[in-house]
Amino acid sequence: MSLLEANGIILSFRGVAALSDVSFSVDEGTIHAIVGPNGAGKTSLLNCVSGVYRPQRGTIHFAGRDLTHVPPAARTALGIARTFQNIALFRGMTVLDNLLIGRHVHQKTGVLAGALYLGPGKREEIAHREIVEDVIDFLEIQHIRKKVVGTLAYGLQKRVELARALALEPKLLLLDEPMAGMNAEEKEDMARFIVEIHEERGTAIVMIEHDMGVVMELSNRITVLNFGEKIAEGTPDEVKRNRDVQDAYLGEQHDLAADG
Amino acid sequence: MADLLDRLGGDVTFPRLLVRNARSMGDRVALREKEFGVWQSFTWSAYHDRVRDFSLGLVALGLTRGDKVAIIGDNRPEWVMGEIAAQAVGAASVGIYQDSNLTEVAYVIDHCDASVVIAEDQEQVDKILDMLEKLPKVRHVVYTDPRGLRKYHHPALLPFEAVEQKGRALAKERPSLWEENVAKGSADDVAIICYTSGTTGNPKGATLTFRNLLSMALALDDVDEKRRDDEFVSFLPLAWIGEQMMSLSSALAKGFTVNFPEEPDTVTENIREIGPNVMFAPPRVWESLTSTVQVKIMDTSPFKRFLYERCMPIGEKVADLRFAKKPLPLGLRVLYWAAYVLLFRALKDRLGMTNLRTASTGGAALGPDVFRFFHAMGVPLKQIYGQTEIAGISCIHRDDDIAFHTVGKPIPGTDVRISPDGEILSRSASVFLGYYKNDEATRGTLRDGWLHSGDAGYLDEKSGHLVVIDRLKDVMKLADGTKFSPQFIENRLKFSPYVKEAVVVGHDRPYLTGMLCIDMGVVGKWAEKNRLSYTTYTDLSAKGEVYDLVQREVDKVNETLPAAARIRKFVLLYKELDADDEELTRTRKVRRVFVEDRYKDVIAALYGDVPEVRIDTTIRFQDGKTSHIRTTLLVRRLEQGRAA
Repeated sequence: MSLLEANGIILSFRGVAALSDVSFSVDEGTIHAIVGPNGAGKTSLLNCVSGVYRPQRGTIHFAGRDLTHVPPAARTALGIARTFQNIALFRGMTVLDNLLIGRHVHQKTGVLAGALYLGPGKREEIAHREIVEDVIDFLEIQHIRKKVVGTLAYGLQKRVELARALALEPKLLLLDEPMAGMNAEEKEDMARFIVEIHEERGTAIVMIEHDMGVVMELSNRITVLNFGEKIAEGTPDEVKRNRDVQDAYLGEQHDLAADG
Repeated sequence: MADLLDRLGGDVTFPRLLVRNARSMGDRVALREKEFGVWQSFTWSAYHDRVRDFSLGLVALGLTRGDKVAIIGDNRPEWVMGEIAAQAVGAASVGIYQDSNLTEVAYVIDHCDASVVIAEDQEQVDKILDMLEKLPKVRHVVYTDPRGLRKYHHPALLPFEAVEQKGRALAKERPSLWEENVAKGSADDVAIICYTSGTTGNPKGATLTFRNLLSMALALDDVDEKRRDDEFVSFLPLAWIGEQMMSLSSALAKGFTVNFPEEPDTVTENIREIGPNVMFAPPRVWESLTSTVQVKIMDTSPFKRFLYERCMPIGEKVADLRFAKKPLPLGLRVLYWAAYVLLFRALKDRLGMTNLRTASTGGAALGPDVFRFFHAMGVPLKQIYGQTEIAGISCIHRDDDIAFHTVGKPIPGTDVRISPDGEILSRSASVFLGYYKNDEATRGTLRDGWLHSGDAGYLDEKSGHLVVIDRLKDVMKLADGTKFSPQFIENRLKFSPYVKEAVVVGHDRPYLTGMLCIDMGVVGKWAEKNRLSYTTYTDLSAKGEVYDLVQREVDKVNETLPAAARIRKFVLLYKELDADDEELTRTRKVRRVFVEDRYKDVIAALYGDVPEVRIDTTIRFQDGKTSHIRTTLLVRRLEQGRAA
């Protein structure tokens, strides 16, 4: 059964159609890429899944549960985490604090127990820190653990954002252009981390990415959007061979199959 | 002289000392590693148990006496455990520098005949699996960090824990095997083969016995004491003899705690957390600490900078008087006390040196300025001299007898003399057996029990200190016969915070010239401060303003040199010299012949009459990728008036 299923999503802003009847599904343990030209509706689709936008029509099911009327914060608690195209972290706080805030939704003990730092409150705090430290180790950011986020290089901030999403222990990870603005080395690191998250943790990943090399290399499945419509879906090879994709996405003359 | 090893109970080995320590102080902390943000401790008995299990596991894998086990990876408990475990079987341990490239790794593994390789992580495993076809003698590759290796299904590959499990299973069948194995070892067995990164040709493997290593640790301890309560941070390659001496021989003999940093990037932070009592590091570490402090001072608030600028000269004055063994006037003592309270105490704390009782530097010469810097703040830094072939050390400064142009006096049990050619010879219980499978090199180095260092030097008659001039073969002559030591001049140049590397050329030529590499961090900061925009290292190096800056530094050095041996022209190279390009050894010594050949166009320009030279070249990265550089280098000619 699919982990995430979106059916007939229609989203428009004052009559401008952003998504028209888009359906797609993500299986457990897959890396699913969403590609398409600028303005194709990729981020809008991701926003529908994470709950930032409420589609006018259509349903979204996550792990068998109807998400249509679930607010964003509750979706996070259900196991959906995301990163943003423009980094969204608390710039004045340390890396560690940013990650611990990510654990907030899993907090079970009350404010008082937490403030007193006694008994269950203390135990829970330690358990959260262990999970966060595990993520720090996983993403190799030990050396910046106590650095203030705003002072870090852009590529590292991207990594911290991914760490914050991972600290939620999500079943589904939504990555909005995880490699935008990175240099070749940082991209390579990020690609390695995505593969490792997938292999070591078994997390399903939905990723929007413009770097076609990365998309073809990493993803199991690809959905192609154009002007708010899904024009193709399949494995990287299938998508590469698809005429519509070649015409719409890369211009009519471009032969992607020969390129790849 | 009595056998030093008698103090440890005579015929001892590393495994036997581990057993002894586990018995006598089983609950004390032997090793500590920072993981998941917390310092995790191993007591001596836990250390012992893991080594026992792993060692028996190696037996189960078929390792026998006389075999070799190669180890590659960052400093981790598993590294030292793997070494002692191999030695308990009667096999020698061979450390490989973790940043070595494929060919270097393959050369050492194959040359030492290793049948088992312990590799830390995916990065190291990849290096070995890539070359496995050329390594027919390797039967097993054991990894300690499974990260990223889940999908690897090579028959030779297995995790560290799996070997420990095999060991526990074997222990059930043969409960006394571990004790028997440990008992079979002898102080005269080969403990390690230490491959030295020669400045020419392939590395040579120095075979060292437990007696060699432990005699050294004990003799050094007599003049530079380590205590059982001491903390030590192990952050330099364990393949290096210096780190072997501290983290294994000395730690096992004296029982102090060895701490392993979380990651190479967190070393400075981890040192501060531990506050070590003992430190041993090559000059580049001390130099980089000094330049980090200097850079941060440039950046700090005016008040702190004011304090630094007032206090540092007081500290330096005190240090100089102490070096000269002159009494400190009362006024200066009071001033120093104030400077200590205002600055040095905080500075030491920042560097994690508050508890530091003894610190040493070895491997190459350290500049007087750096020496003075640490002594000024009260860090008792000493120079050490020695070779891998003598288990690391033959001379060291004594606490109250430090002179920075010397390397101190021989340690107890070591004889040092100067051959008629001016070469430094030494003899002690720590002199190695020979180079592994290289008798010719052994014959060249070891004659009548004397280790021929290849270094030129002399014994200072007044103080009895040894003074090292340079490598014997590196003392050079200009065309007119003037002798000069390029390394000596290079070191002087490198004392400038702006100069990272320097190569001085001039053998059989009319005058001296230099090829310098700027320090990107310091010069970059300077450029920012002076509103000089730049993009890359290459771009920054080519700026006229940067040339002016470096020229002032070269002028300063020239003033201290005899008129005939001054630098007349220099260029700033477009890239840093790099071990991956084979320009430096892994311990960051310049490979002169290689560099002079590689930059022969630049050198030709330095001796020609041209103002600049065009460069069109390819550089290679550690992972085998290449990149193309096209640029123009300026040749800076120093004015006759100032230079000559």
